Amino acid sequence: MRLQYPDSIRIIRIPCTGKVDIIHLLKAMEKGADGAYVVGCLEGECRFENGNLRARKRVEHAQEILEKIGIGGERVQMYNISSGEGPRFAEAAREMTEKIMEMGPNPMKKAKKKAA
Amino acid sequence: MIVAEQKPIEEIIEEIKGKGKILIAGCNECVTVCEAGGKKEVEVLASALRMYFMNQGQKVEIDEITLERQCDHEYLEELRNSIGNYDAVVSLACGVGVQFMAEKYMNINIYPGVNTTFMGVTEERGVWSERCQGCGQCILASTAGICPISRCAKRLLNGPCGGSTKGKCEINKELDCAWQLIIDRLKELGKLDEYEKLAPIKDWSTERAGGPRKVVREDVRQ
Repeated sequence: MRLQYPDSIRIIRIPCTGKVDIIHLLKAMEKGADGAYVVGCLEGECRFENGNLRARKRVEHAQEILEKIGIGGERVQMYNISSGEGPRFAEAAREMTEKIMEMGPNPMKKAKKKAA
Repeated sequence: MIVAEQKPIEEIIEEIKGKGKILIAGCNECVTVCEAGGKKEVEVLASALRMYFMNQGQKVEIDEITLERQCDHEYLEELRNSIGNYDAVVSLACGVGVQFMAEKYMNINIYPGVNTTFMGVTEERGVWSERCQGCGQCILASTAGICPISRCAKRLLNGPCGGSTKGKCEINKELDCAWQLIIDRLKELGKLDEYEKLAPIKDWSTERAGGPRKVVREDVRQ
């Protein structure tokens, strides 16, 4: 398809989004990522039955924590895209990038620089 | 097991504000099973606190540890050489662990990271409910293995009361009437005649009403 999507995105491959834990999302933010999004299979189509549903709950929990500590809950998101939906994947990448551009850089980066 | 709930992070931040070096101490027992204060929760809380303080421009160092138990000397002793390096410890153990650590290390601030709720079971992942209140005089033998002290809102010994409707308690339509459960189970066991026996007045002195309790076993004592 040779679809274009923003080059700021780094893909981390996991066997199932059910593998993603809150700590993975928090660590990404702690280390200075501006945003992180989890792309799981469509709801109801998880090969392991509910991996993507678990991932969504964990993303929501991470959002709550990030909101409370002033980093911004919107920086982590969950998308459900089928493996056959290449264009939707590229669209989500653009959507997420735009959202993060609007929010600005992760405040942790600035804080870390200040502390150094 | 002892069931606990995580405290809101705002409350924990309030507890430890102004401290420079903090240890988050989890417990590998009950609070791990009820997903409130195990290694995973320690990691998440420590990460969130690090981000919060960094974002606030405060230099706070946060370390993590998860002890096998916080209600036994030998595991708490593991902190003996390092605890002096910290201004405060946030213990994610139940209230027992928090207190035992505080008793042991007199000059360190120990703060609770969870709200200890009750002794109960895991009904399903994410759902825990109360089963025992540690009254010190177990009556389960005469109540078909269902405890009216912990499961009846009125702690009735000869129930049910008039508020029991269609097997549910009057305080909450979702809540099973403990005495209905007892009667149903006695029926299953073919022991309904036991229901006819009146339970005598309970000796509540073994319960919390008699003050803080202690068990001493001379046969195992060292």
